[in-house]
Amino acid sequence: MRIIKKIQTRRGANLNINGEAEKIILRTPSSKTFALKPDDFFGTFPKLLKKEGQEIKAGEPVFFSKNDPRIKFVSPVSGIIQSIERGPRRKIEKIIIANSLVDDSISHKVDNWEKLNRNELITLLLESGNWPFIHQRPYGTIANPDETPKAIFISAHRTSPLCPDFEFILNKEIKAFQDGILILNKLVDQQVFLGTNASHPGIFNEISDIQNYTVAGPHPAGNISLHIQELAPLNMGERVWTVNPEDVANLGRFAKTGKFSPRRTIAITGNAVEDPKYIITKQGAELQPILDEFKLLYPQNRVINGDLLSGTITHLDGYLGYYNNQISVIPEGNDYRMFGWLPFKDNNILSLSNTSFSRLFKKKGFEVDTNLNGEERAIVVTGEMEKVFPLDVYPMQLLKACMFEDIEKMEALGIYEVVPEDFGLIDYANTSKIEAQEIIRQGIELMINEVG
Amino acid sequence: MNALRKKFDSLRRPFGKGQKLEKFAPAINAFDTFLFVPNHTTKKGAHIRDAVDLKRTMVTVIIALLPALIYGIYNTGYQYHVQTGESFTFINAFIHGAFKIVPMIIVSYVVGLTIEFGFAVYRGHEINEGYLVTGLLIPMIMPVDIPLWMVGISTAFAVLIAKEAFGGTGMNILNPALTARAFAFFAYPTYMSGNKVWVSEAGSVDGISGETILGSLAAGQDVKYSMIQMFQGSIPGSIAETSTLWVAVGALILILTGIGSWRIIIGGIIGAAIMGLLFNLWGANALMSFSWTNHLVVGGFAFGIVFMATDPVSAAQTNKGKWIYGILTGILCIMIRVFNPAYPEGVMLAILLMNVFAPTIDHYVVNANINKRKKRWINAQELKTI
Repeated sequence: MRIIKKIQTRRGANLNINGEAEKIILRTPSSKTFALKPDDFFGTFPKLLKKEGQEIKAGEPVFFSKNDPRIKFVSPVSGIIQSIERGPRRKIEKIIIANSLVDDSISHKVDNWEKLNRNELITLLLESGNWPFIHQRPYGTIANPDETPKAIFISAHRTSPLCPDFEFILNKEIKAFQDGILILNKLVDQQVFLGTNASHPGIFNEISDIQNYTVAGPHPAGNISLHIQELAPLNMGERVWTVNPEDVANLGRFAKTGKFSPRRTIAITGNAVEDPKYIITKQGAELQPILDEFKLLYPQNRVINGDLLSGTITHLDGYLGYYNNQISVIPEGNDYRMFGWLPFKDNNILSLSNTSFSRLFKKKGFEVDTNLNGEERAIVVTGEMEKVFPLDVYPMQLLKACMFEDIEKMEALGIYEVVPEDFGLIDYANTSKIEAQEIIRQGIELMINEVG
Repeated sequence: MNALRKKFDSLRRPFGKGQKLEKFAPAINAFDTFLFVPNHTTKKGAHIRDAVDLKRTMVTVIIALLPALIYGIYNTGYQYHVQTGESFTFINAFIHGAFKIVPMIIVSYVVGLTIEFGFAVYRGHEINEGYLVTGLLIPMIMPVDIPLWMVGISTAFAVLIAKEAFGGTGMNILNPALTARAFAFFAYPTYMSGNKVWVSEAGSVDGISGETILGSLAAGQDVKYSMIQMFQGSIPGSIAETSTLWVAVGALILILTGIGSWRIIIGGIIGAAIMGLLFNLWGANALMSFSWTNHLVVGGFAFGIVFMATDPVSAAQTNKGKWIYGILTGILCIMIRVFNPAYPEGVMLAILLMNVFAPTIDHYVVNANINKRKKRWINAQELKTI
């Protein structure tokens, strides 16, 4: 397979943390309930189609997006809508579906999908609930079906802490993955790009109809923003779509069977898990039965949907997210450290700064917890954000523009080229404990509301 | 540790939410976070955080300042004893210096921190640790015999006008410590310049000449110190600025820990060296023909470029900008020294001037990035219309 570009970055950092999942699939009992959380769909406002107590089939729409009623969100399992949990101002937080354990799913006609034109294919994907698999840049929201992207990006190499290995996840699904690629090829203006690990492309070698590029370097080298910048830089008004690797296989599976495929292979990771492994379940699965199979090492743990830098908080009795292939569990760090601010003290805490010997003395993995290790302060230190930020964007200047809500400046400094997760390492590393991802997220929300 | 923690928890109860002393919470928090890194956990964003925080950063700077400070204390006594001709030991000299300098440090910290506490309570934010460094820097760059009340007033001026008026830590345009010195320099010139202030008791004891090297050069006199003396710092001058050797140790600490910008430090040295070399070639007066290598080791240049120019808030903030800022600071410093007979030392004014220009430098560096993005967009538009 021809490699069109080798993306290599030096700026960034790999956080060497204990608790990487062993490449073994652990069989876990099936979850009794599943949940759809509208918060998983950034920029989407849900309008319910089902009421509490109603029966639902797998693949049947539960709600649709208010901005575009064609975008439907379907149930991963068949069963009954058990409850609809609401938060402040009646915001829908969770729609919980009790699994009937019967395979009663909605089928779509897909036998001639290869012959469908672009519009017919989009209609089919919208109807069948597959559309939310496709995200767009800028903003990282669900793609607008009326637009044509100049490229579609899939990054099969991730670099975030303890991230799952998509080569392992898709090892037996390579055929479905290839079918998914063929579907995506029908949607795009130019090309579908696939990013693979520079050190071993592995199973993705056999995939055709893609532009293959390789990625090397420390986190966030695996983030798609960097790949887009290198291969198809986004200009104002342009669109690029992105799809997660496992969702490409889900699309492929749908094309073969006509049934919506909610499959999720999850790496259970983190230093609070004794024997981290992979499991297979469906989107939105109840976490309790899954985590019961693992021994957690600390009395107080934080369960995170996603990775340690940009995942969202959930609980032991919470639910799996819609998109993430990873659950991280780490101990809570709500304790005091006497004189912990002294330089070169507490070298057991991982630090990218040279004011600690942690990286010198400990070559093996680190134990981490959720302590803030300080308090929020004014931005004083400069140059540290650039060290962990490989994009051709001035991160601190962009953050300040977002804080001032200066839309023109945000645009000029490249708000279209970033998503919050690109600032995950900045959150981690910055001295003043600035919540960079939150600031960028609010900035992007402002852009969606003001510019669209 | 647990007992102490419990004691502190009960002490701070009246400062909690809804309690009667809630407004003064920043004050108790400052003491609490000095003893313990708090038990705060991440609420949003990344779930794990680096061990570094602003306190650790600032304390690292203080550690880097200590060698120069300790030598400065010793040198104060050394200059006095050498010039009076008494026999003395290291301890004698150190004690003499400490008697002069420790009160200055106390005054600077008390005045500055009181104002900081006041503003933190008034604005309802936590106390930023930046003043720990500023408060130590202010006495270190003053002449040793300056009256304590002048130190106090300069400090108050610097914190109020140079820092809090702009919005507090992280917002100031000028380096607060240098502003304190500049204030004293223009408000009390007789205590801040001339040939009677640079050695302890030079004003009261007749046998002592308090002239600095740059001062005597500007006056057209010969220099009676060797380059080694200039480098190790056994020369008259502001308290901690004299020893290039110990400043270099501090610079090494700052660069190795990544706290101080090596770009600014190296840039400054390059700028000063080039300017000094050019003036050597010209050689119209004593200061011009003063060797460029000597220019680097006398006066406050080394101290200024290492500890004052690198202040991240008032310096340029982009990496390219830091190079430009550093080089220009070096060039300006030597230029002011040579061309301005009223101010034989130029580093203070050079840095303050560049502080003012730093945002402009950054503006142009960032604009290059903005223009690149605009150009890419325009090119894409053209491609579409073809």
